[in-house]
Amino acid sequence: MTLIKVENLTKSFGGITAVSDLDFTIEPGGIVSIIGPNGAGKTTLFNLLTGVYTPTAGRILVEGVDVTGWPPHELAAVGLSRTFQNVQSFMNMSALENVMVGCHLHSNRRFIDALLQLPSIRRTNSESRKAAIELIEYVGLKAYVASQADQLSYGALKRLEIARALATRPRVLLLDEPAAGLNPIETQEIDELIKNIASQGITVMLVEHDMKLVMGISDRIIVLDHGQWLAEGTADEIRHNRDVVGAYLGEQGRNR
Amino acid sequence: MEWRQPQTGGMLVLIFIIITLPLLLDNNFHYEIAIKVCLNAAVCVGLNLLIGYAGQISLGHAGFFALGAYASAILTDRYGLAPMMAMLTGVIGVGLLSFVIARPILKLKGHYLAMGTLGMGIIISIVLNQEADFTGGPDGMSVGSLSIFGWEPVTELHWYWIVATFLVVCVGLSLNLINSPVGRALRAVHGSEIAARTMGIDTTRYKVLVFVVSAVLACIAGSLYAHYNGYITPSRANFFHSIELVTMVVLGGMASTFGAVVGAMVLTVVPQFLTVFEDYEMMVFGGVLMGMMIFMRKGLVPTLKEAIGKRFNDPD
Repeated sequence: MTLIKVENLTKSFGGITAVSDLDFTIEPGGIVSIIGPNGAGKTTLFNLLTGVYTPTAGRILVEGVDVTGWPPHELAAVGLSRTFQNVQSFMNMSALENVMVGCHLHSNRRFIDALLQLPSIRRTNSESRKAAIELIEYVGLKAYVASQADQLSYGALKRLEIARALATRPRVLLLDEPAAGLNPIETQEIDELIKNIASQGITVMLVEHDMKLVMGISDRIIVLDHGQWLAEGTADEIRHNRDVVGAYLGEQGRNR
Repeated sequence: MEWRQPQTGGMLVLIFIIITLPLLLDNNFHYEIAIKVCLNAAVCVGLNLLIGYAGQISLGHAGFFALGAYASAILTDRYGLAPMMAMLTGVIGVGLLSFVIARPILKLKGHYLAMGTLGMGIIISIVLNQEADFTGGPDGMSVGSLSIFGWEPVTELHWYWIVATFLVVCVGLSLNLINSPVGRALRAVHGSEIAARTMGIDTTRYKVLVFVVSAVLACIAGSLYAHYNGYITPSRANFFHSIELVTMVVLGGMASTFGAVVGAMVLTVVPQFLTVFEDYEMMVFGGVLMGMMIFMRKGLVPTLKEAIGKRFNDPD
């Protein structure tokens, strides 16, 4: 069954149309990259898919359910989780607590239980703690479990956000420029991590400017330009698509 | 990884201090200060959940304190309700009021939220001043004594045990709440609201929840204060009282339950000692506050905790 279906999706800010009349589907499994020149609408698309923005027009369906206009926390509950281009870690908390927040949906969230610290809260705390520690180890931050988030490097925070997003047990993980600002070695490690996540059956949607990374790991690539759908295909098809080359390099590039 | 309840020690220290304190208090004036410390601390523990943990400022909580006080005063005096019933009615009323206010007001952020809550406090203050038929206006009104299932506290020591118990309950609830998914959700709202939402946290719900909790704690403290003091004026609702409460939270240390208690203690006790400076009292007080905030930016308790932690962890 189609995991995500986007129909005529449009988002305007005043007179500017950031995303215009997009139609595409995401099938379960694999890594789908969204690429395009700056201002193509990639991050806007992520913000629409995760409920940060409400579409101006069009629909978003997750497994056939119309989720258009749902708030972010409800979209998280149907299995859409994300990281942010400019990291949005909880700097007032430890690395461990950051990821424990990601376990929120699978915890006992009853207020009265929390006030009285009932045994079920102790249980949910220790379960979240265990899951969070495993995920922190999984993304390679074992040494920083107890560190405050504001003590971590930028590269470590990017991984921490991935661990936090995984803690929600997503079906689709949306990664917004996970390699931006990382050195080549760190990028290589992120590459491995993303592949590993996809191999566990989580569908990965990736916005990334590092073309080497994108071309190497994507099963499918969707190209946007000026908010519009430009092309879709495998890495090879995209690499040889004249429209895509044109969009990135300008008309002269296309003619060469 | 070994995990301990980090706050149990703090709670034991607090209970120990409260139990042994009467040995050091040798006159009614001392008791009066101790009682005021406990009541202020209880309000601050609630306010700290809102400001320190969830990161939402309120400059209007004195309003809820005064509403609790006046609910007790008016309902017992004018309507003949039993004090505990009056307190309960006040709690329900303030709970509903804060719930209704919370949703629109907590959509505001930063300075705008400060302005919004400030306005809320001022409106409550104006109503208490103007509705003289009910409240006695600016002159205030007297309040009958408290009665808990027929028992009436008479001595200062009785009152001390009542408010100290109330404080310990507030601290316990606050510690429990913070060490739970709800508490982590609140702190996440402070860290990054947008990230919290995408982690599945209904941030509006949690902000409203913590606003109501802090308002209700202020309301109960106000009610106890009214009965203890025997008299209440609208000045308890004014802006300066709200600022005083926020200052206590910030001074003690944001996002620290015990910080709120210590902040309330310091700001209630220190002015008593500063009376030796007579005319210069407020200047010295202001200087002490400025110095503390410059040298201990995180507040008293977190700064001291860090300093002690460093000393113990130091391999030398």
